[in-house]
Amino acid sequence: MKIGIPKEIRPGERRVAATPETVSRLMKLGFDVAVETQAGAGASFDDAEYSALGASVVQGARELWQQSDIVLKVQPPELNPALAVHEAELLPEGAVLVSFIWPGKNGELVERLAARRATVLAMDQVPRITRAQKMDALSSMANIAGYRAVIEAASFYGRFFTGQMTAAGKVPPAKVLVIGAGVAGLAAIGAARSLGAIVRAFDTRAEVREQIQSMGAEFLEVHIKEDGAGSGGYAKTMSPEFIAAEMALFAKQAKEVDIIITTALVPGKAAPVLITEEMVNGMRQGSVIVDLAAEAGGNCALTRPGEVITQRGVTVIGYVDLPSRLAPTASQLYGSNLTHLLADMGGAKSFHVDLEDAVVRGAIVLHEGKLVWSPPQAVPVNPPPAARSKTIPVHAHEPPKAPLSHPWRSAAFALVAAVLLGLLGTVAPKEFVSHLTVFVLACFVGWQVVWNVTPALHTPLMSVTNAISGIILVGGMLQISGPISSPVTLLSAAAVLLATINISGGFWVTTRMLRMFQR
Amino acid sequence: MPESLSTIAYLVAGVLFILSLAGLSTQKTARRGNAFGIAGMLLALGITAFGHVTSFGALALAVGVGSLIGAVLAMRVEMTSMPELVAVLHSFVGLAAVLVGAASYLGAQPYANHVEGVIHAVEVFVGVFVGSLTFTGSVVAFGKLRGMVRSKPLLLPGRHLFNLLLLAVAVGLGAQFLSAPGHDGLSSLLIMTGVAGILGVHLVLAIGGADMPVVVSMLNSYSGWAAAAAGFMLENDLLIITGALVGSSGAILSYIMCRAMNRSFFSVIFGGFGVDEGKAPAKRATADTPSEVTSVTAVETAALLRDAKQVVVVPGYGMAVAHAQHPVYEIASVLQKRGVKVRFAIHPVAGRLPGHMNVLLAEAKVPYDIVLEMEEINEDFPETDVVLVIGANDIVNPGALDDPTSPIYGMPVLEVWKAKATIVMKRSMASGYAGVENPLFFLENTSMLFGDAKKNVDAILSELRSAAASAAAE
Repeated sequence: MKIGIPKEIRPGERRVAATPETVSRLMKLGFDVAVETQAGAGASFDDAEYSALGASVVQGARELWQQSDIVLKVQPPELNPALAVHEAELLPEGAVLVSFIWPGKNGELVERLAARRATVLAMDQVPRITRAQKMDALSSMANIAGYRAVIEAASFYGRFFTGQMTAAGKVPPAKVLVIGAGVAGLAAIGAARSLGAIVRAFDTRAEVREQIQSMGAEFLEVHIKEDGAGSGGYAKTMSPEFIAAEMALFAKQAKEVDIIITTALVPGKAAPVLITEEMVNGMRQGSVIVDLAAEAGGNCALTRPGEVITQRGVTVIGYVDLPSRLAPTASQLYGSNLTHLLADMGGAKSFHVDLEDAVVRGAIVLHEGKLVWSPPQAVPVNPPPAARSKTIPVHAHEPPKAPLSHPWRSAAFALVAAVLLGLLGTVAPKEFVSHLTVFVLACFVGWQVVWNVTPALHTPLMSVTNAISGIILVGGMLQISGPISSPVTLLSAAAVLLATINISGGFWVTTRMLRMFQR
Repeated sequence: MPESLSTIAYLVAGVLFILSLAGLSTQKTARRGNAFGIAGMLLALGITAFGHVTSFGALALAVGVGSLIGAVLAMRVEMTSMPELVAVLHSFVGLAAVLVGAASYLGAQPYANHVEGVIHAVEVFVGVFVGSLTFTGSVVAFGKLRGMVRSKPLLLPGRHLFNLLLLAVAVGLGAQFLSAPGHDGLSSLLIMTGVAGILGVHLVLAIGGADMPVVVSMLNSYSGWAAAAAGFMLENDLLIITGALVGSSGAILSYIMCRAMNRSFFSVIFGGFGVDEGKAPAKRATADTPSEVTSVTAVETAALLRDAKQVVVVPGYGMAVAHAQHPVYEIASVLQKRGVKVRFAIHPVAGRLPGHMNVLLAEAKVPYDIVLEMEEINEDFPETDVVLVIGANDIVNPGALDDPTSPIYGMPVLEVWKAKATIVMKRSMASGYAGVENPLFFLENTSMLFGDAKKNVDAILSELRSAAASAAAE
């Protein structure tokens, strides 16, 4: 089967759907790969690099599309102005297209593709379940966007991120506020922290608190109990009281921080406006806002999608192509996501569209020209993005119950013990009882003392107890003093011999071991 | 010597023993603790010798030869063979208890009071029983640890019934023994010794290799109880105190080990684990987990370690078998010099003896403050870049937490799969001693490094060194 990698035609798009490395992985899966000439140029990959791996480099978009069984793309197909033909028309009848599609808002494109009887998988529709993580292109791209947002902010911000004490004086660290701690938000926190900034973060979902803190940011909260966790790792829309409290928090923070990075998206809706014009005006001159929700309208009232504007000395960045601005890495990760998906679908040898498969079922838009995508995604309930990296849920942490936990059982036990001791007390001689006292008390002392022994020293503990249990030697010695040939003496002497081996061996080896423990 | 003086001396010796165990609570005070133990022992020995013994010749001979043998054993033993040494020392205590019991029975004066006589006879009988059990059990445990006896559990049909039968026979012999006049009970006592010995052999044979830490600590406990029983029959409080200390120490260790495996004490003692229960989940695992594992080379592993910021090493019994602890620590120090944070994570039942891994790492001069217990390190795995699992299997099995059909379900484990990458060094894909399939090996962020642990560790080390050398040359 032949995979075609066309050059992206969207102006400003620098990514490519396969890098030389992912091409070699595709070929290992048994696919033939054709790459349009200059397809990787925007991401710094040469035609020569592809052909060196055995991929054929094809001149012309039309030729490439027409010889492909599977086309891998980044952007949804659109009108190719050079050829004056829509890319969907270039797709051979019945071929497979894997790309970002956004079927919800690109109805017309889906119809065009349906007319080609195409099978179309939308990378933006890959369900966010554990098994599909390696194919989750949205997360890959969000991660890059979060990182790049900090880099963009840093380049527009006229100061250091990290605080410094220099001979020329002190430079305070930058303060960064990240709103929304999804994949992009967490990536932004990580990047800003690595640059040395003080980072605060806010999210309506209480469960991300730990993730925020683990990245080294401070978790800001409003004091209203409401959990904003919606489905698919996104947040839901909050109540008016909550929003009022949240806005008050942002207004206060805007006066303090130097950089704001917003990543708040509610699926299927316009992005909520969280940073009003008033708040922007309250920010210090030279501050920067990066709005990762620009494409969905923006979290900042002043955001203009795709543009950078400056108002009263505050820069508002509304880039919608942040992943493309880190084209080599973005291509690499996106290409890997695609490779994993194709591997999951059987590779070249047994490539098939399995509608029973949860990942394929989620991602598929058209199956041989038939519309199989259902807009309101029934996303399975799953943990939020970063928590999904825990492949195995941990739910077995409650300690096993002790069998004797029932109160009546321990009561019965105590009663039996009391009766037995009482009986013993009536018949046993005084000496025995006094020995028994010593014995029981010694058991308790031993119990207390041994619990304090650090687990690292359990082996020395065993060898010491070994040595001191050689105290049975005393038992032998007490009886050794008969005539030398009497059985009692012989037995005792043998016991003494064995016990001494224990004593000297036990203490010696303990000494040896303890000498090794050093800090 | 007045009776009271020797009693006081015994009291002091008892206190010294308690201080000795108390000293082991931290590494800093441990050596002092050992010294207390030695002092207590010398005191007890001296007082007994001067207070009670008249024929010094036999005593000196026995003590001299015994000390010599013990010292040679202790000097020669390799740290990887500590479990064997501990087991064999237990067997000596057991045998000594049998001998002391027999001697005490033969040497006993007729008691004026009938009750006293009966109590003494019971004490002798119990002491000999426990002693004999400890002796043969320890010998078999030693054999298993040495590899002279198969470490697979021996499961006779009706083994529980067999154990009960032996116990019943012992009790019957006990009744006969008590009713026999004078020293006529000797034959019953000797037969019972044999019966208890068979019981000891059978009990330990039925226990699998992975449960050895429990067995060894349980035998440790038994040897203590045997000494305590001897104390009762000789009316010696020092023996009683010491026996009780050792007995409870062994009991606690067994309990800790059982808890670390989420097993009940009885299921361990009566054995047979990981044989019948292990089959069903193993099948299940092959059915719905992808059966492909990623394998890596030592060179790739070295590259991964070099680029990591935080590394955790999880040693298991495989490291002990391969004697790989020294190069493992050298890897750790090379990495530390590069600024990598390296720590060691110890599961309570790693190895064949409680605390065995700690001793091995200490032997390799790993500073004990980078050697952490399971509870201390489990929450750090998500921030760890690379986990190196060396010859461990069941203690890193995620099935213990999320697969209720797994026979080790509920056992606390080191959650290595939360780290960004895990490398498992293993001889082959064979399952661990529990006979349980390990889903860890099939996870995406897990890679397998097959082959002899020592060779692989050496290869990683030389790779790291040459990389460091070339970096220095630049």
